[in-house]
This record gives sequence, C-alpha cells and structure tokens, in this order.
Amino acid sequence: MKGDGEVGGGPEASGASRARGEQSTPLLEVRDLTVHHGQLRALDRVSLRVFPGEVYAIIGANGAGKSTLLRTIAGLHQPTGGAILYDGKNMTKVRPERRATAGIGMVPEGRRLFGSLTVEENLQVGATYARKGPWTIEHVYELFGWMRERRTQRTAQLSGGEQQSVAIGRALVANPRVLLLDELSLGLAPVVVQRIYAMLPQILATGLTVLLVEQDVSQALRVASHIQCLLEGHTTLEGRPSEVTAAQVEAAYFGLTGAAAGSSGEESDTLWHGSTPSSRAS
Amino acid sequence: MAWVNAIIQGILTGGLYALFACGLSLMFGVMKVVNLAHGDLAVIGAYVALGVITVTHIPALWSFVIVVPIMALLGYVLQRTLIQAALDRGVLITLLVTFGLSVVIESGLLQFINADSHSLGVGESIVTGSFSIGSQIQIAYLLLLIFAVAVVVLLGLQYFLSVSRYGRMIRAVADDQEAAQLSGIDYRHVFGIAAAIAFGTVALAGIAYGMYSQFSPTTGTDTILLFAFAAVVIGGLGSLWGTLLGGIVLGVAQQIGAQINQSNQFLAGYLVFLLVLAVRPQGLTARRAQS
Repeated sequence: MKGDGEVGGGPEASGASRARGEQSTPLLEVRDLTVHHGQLRALDRVSLRVFPGEVYAIIGANGAGKSTLLRTIAGLHQPTGGAILYDGKNMTKVRPERRATAGIGMVPEGRRLFGSLTVEENLQVGATYARKGPWTIEHVYELFGWMRERRTQRTAQLSGGEQQSVAIGRALVANPRVLLLDELSLGLAPVVVQRIYAMLPQILATGLTVLLVEQDVSQALRVASHIQCLLEGHTTLEGRPSEVTAAQVEAAYFGLTGAAAGSSGEESDTLWHGSTPSSRAS
Repeated sequence: MAWVNAIIQGILTGGLYALFACGLSLMFGVMKVVNLAHGDLAVIGAYVALGVITVTHIPALWSFVIVVPIMALLGYVLQRTLIQAALDRGVLITLLVTFGLSVVIESGLLQFINADSHSLGVGESIVTGSFSIGSQIQIAYLLLLIFAVAVVVLLGLQYFLSVSRYGRMIRAVADDQEAAQLSGIDYRHVFGIAAAIAFGTVALAGIAYGMYSQFSPTTGTDTILLFAFAAVVIGGLGSLWGTLLGGIVLGVAQQIGAQINQSNQFLAGYLVFLLVLAVRPQGLTARRAQS
C-alpha cells in the first residue's frame, strides 16, 4: 500500500491543473443542471467543467445532491433544466446505455454488482460493449492481485472492499474516457478506502479522466486536482485544493454564512484540526 | 400396478406442465412480469399451428418449425411495446395489462374464430400411438415425446443462460437493470430477447397441449395458466429445474387423485399446491427463489 503523500497530487494531476483554461476544451461539461425528485429540487443550476486527465471531486454532506449529479450525468435521471456535454456533444437526451458506450463509465454508489454472477462474469458483462482501449479483464486481474484466483466466486460472497474493486474493474474494462466514481468509501473501513484510492494513479496513468463524489473530504482533497462543494443542490465552493482554505471548505460544506463564507486562511485553525467535516457530521 | 401406472403417467404429464410453466417462470425471473395472458398465448400458438397445418399440410409435430419463430417474434414485439410500457408504470400495472391482454385474446378468438374445440394432428401415429409395459401400463408416445421435449428445452435454456453472451446479459439485467445500463446494455432489448424465448416455449406448450388434448378459446386461462402457476409455485419461483419438479409433482398428484376417484384429479393437484404454499412457500427448489 502506498503512503498518503504518494496518492494524490501526482504529475498527472498538476498537469491537468495547468491545462485548465480558456484554450483547452473540457471533456465533460455540465451547464446549469437542475434536477427534481418529485417536488424536491435536488440540484439547482449546477455547472462544472472537467478537463482531460483531471481528477474532479464533488464534495458535500448527505443529501447535497452529489449522487444525483453523477447519476444525471450517467443518464439515470432526467434533468428538468440545463445540459450535459461530453466531448463537445450534447448528451442531455441520450439514453444511459448510449452514454456508457460513448465513453462515460460509472462505478455506482453501493457497488451494484450482479450478485448472482461470478467475479469474471461481472467483468465480462462490463466488457460486452467495450470501446477500444488499454483495459482488459487481464489488466484488471493484474491491478487487483487477489481477483484472478477468486474469479469463479459469486460476488455476493466477497467483502465490501473486494466488491468495490470488482465494481471498479467492471467499469474499467469498458474503457471509458471519463469515469464517474460515486462514493467509493461508503461502508468501507478507512484502511480499505486508502487501499482503493491508492489505485487511482495507476488508473489515471492509462489516460482516464475522473469525476468523483466523496463524503470523505480529506480523501477527496488528497486526490483531486479540482474540487466543487455542493450544499442542498447549490454550488458553494469551487477551485483547486491548493487554492481553497480549510475554513472555506468547512463553510461551504456546512453552509456557514457570515464570517466563514468570505474567510481566508487565518481563521482556519478554529474548526479544522485534521478531522474531516464528514466525521463530525456523522 | 395401477398405482405405479398412475405415478408414471403423472411424471410424464409433468413434462407437459413444465413446458407450460417455464415461459411463465422466465418472464417472472427476468423482468418480474407475472404474465396473466400466458395461457392464452399458448392457445394462440395452438391456433397458429392449426392454421399452419391446414395451409401447408405438414405433420402437426413439425408445425413448431414455423410456429415457434412466429410466437418468438410476437413475444419480442409485445415486450418492447405493451409490456414495457406497463413496466415503466410499475409492476402492478403489468398485472392489469396482461389480464387485459388475456381478456382481449379470449374474446377475440371467440369473436373471430368460434368456441369449438380443436385438436392438432388427429390420426397421426405419433399422436395416437402407444406401447405397453406388462398388462396394466400403457405409455403414449406423445406424452413421452413431450416429456423429452420439456427436458431438452430446460437443458437448452440452462445452457444458453449460463454460457452465452446473451444469457449472461439476461442474468445481469435480472439482477440489476441500472447497473446493466451503466455497462452499455439496453435492458429493454434484453427483456425483448427473454420474452422471445419465453414465447417460443409458450408456442411449444400450445402445440403440445393441442396434440395431447383439445383446446378452445378459454383453454388458456382455465387449464394452461392454472397448471403453469401451480407448477411454478410448487417448484419454486425463478428456478428453471423447479418448473420440471413442480410439473412432475403436480402431474403425479393429479394422477393419484384420479386413481382414488376420477373426480378428484384436479382437486388433488391443487391440494398439493396449497400444501406447498403453506409449508414451503418458497417452493421445493428454494435456491434461486429470491431475486
């Protein structure tokens, strides 16, 4: 397992940060996205631009609309307003399976493996309509050493972390260009979360772009080259991890107004002692 | 000896019931559709076979070569239109819609054909022939053939589902439609394929019943659907081999009931059905009963 220092902020991430700007075109763009769950407005005019090679992290508390945002990008929810552009094409009305074959991959919240299928069959289903690219079932077995030996087991018999690995593998073998990761850490022990996030540089090295949703803010800040914070469906903060202060993140996460909202680094020591907002919120 | 005969006849009839049931079980297992028009569709299959035989004069036995593809196509189209539209509005709606379909089919057959009973392959040796074991046991070739067809169909389905690409997709979609979509799979198309297969087995069931007995517009609900349900429930929902076991248990119970008193035949079958529901509601083969 790699140490924390090696996990995030690698050359890929900083390169992508430099690429941000008017001249380069985003791989994935969301414009003024509004999504309703019945009467409830889950997302309110949220916009984001994800550039090639980036790790873009959406953070926010439970119910902030993070998962809704990813699911809408994947096509599992229809927005009531706004647009989703991928590779310059408008995908807003495109069916989810067409988005997947176009190169938008997703590891859904709760893993959502095919429980009656074996590990290998799960990967085979993921590869059914694969695009051309570096990822094969063999490569996934190389990335996760334990998987080959247990490929004939049903996924229902695996531990949470192993299931998450299979879910990631299932998304990778389709060779997506942008990978949506929805709450990888959910329900997993911290050490397992660390191990899974340690895989990220290897995955990024194959040229993938990642848009991830994470409740564990410290984890997100470590791996991301760009972050956006959601609160009750609104964007409350956006920027590079190096540009935002802990106090700003905290204010954006909890929706603290007044002093914290426009604060800079000096006030950050009061509420921020290494523990994450999520650990306090829970 | 009469009891042995009853059990043998019951087991063989179980093959016919398994054929009734496997399409129903498949539709429920993959898309959670309880198809109340299942029996009527089998009757349609029998009428289509009747038409094909009348026009082409091929033996009744071979009519399946034409009828199965026709019914499979009908299955795909019905699934992609009417049944999918119902599914999009909720599982309960599929009950109403397939019930409506059942009523429409029965009324349509009564309106546009007639209420007469028909049979397939009357006078053909395979339909009427039989052989004897000892003095009391007489086995009809047809019943033996139907049993063999049921076993072959179930083996084929099992093989298709476990090793083929589409079989794997069907199982994946049955597990989680959304996750399948994220893998680029259009579950509506996969549902269509599953329905086509189910309707293909329904066509076989209709032809088999047409040769075994007589059918009329109402046979679908008063015989085929009821026996199919009983076999599925006894065997266990969503289990393919459970349908064969369920069919056999139902068939044996009926024959033993008939042996005691001719009027008890169907009563005995339904008593076993109720007994299984009370004692083992998940069915006899419970392994894959839960979805």
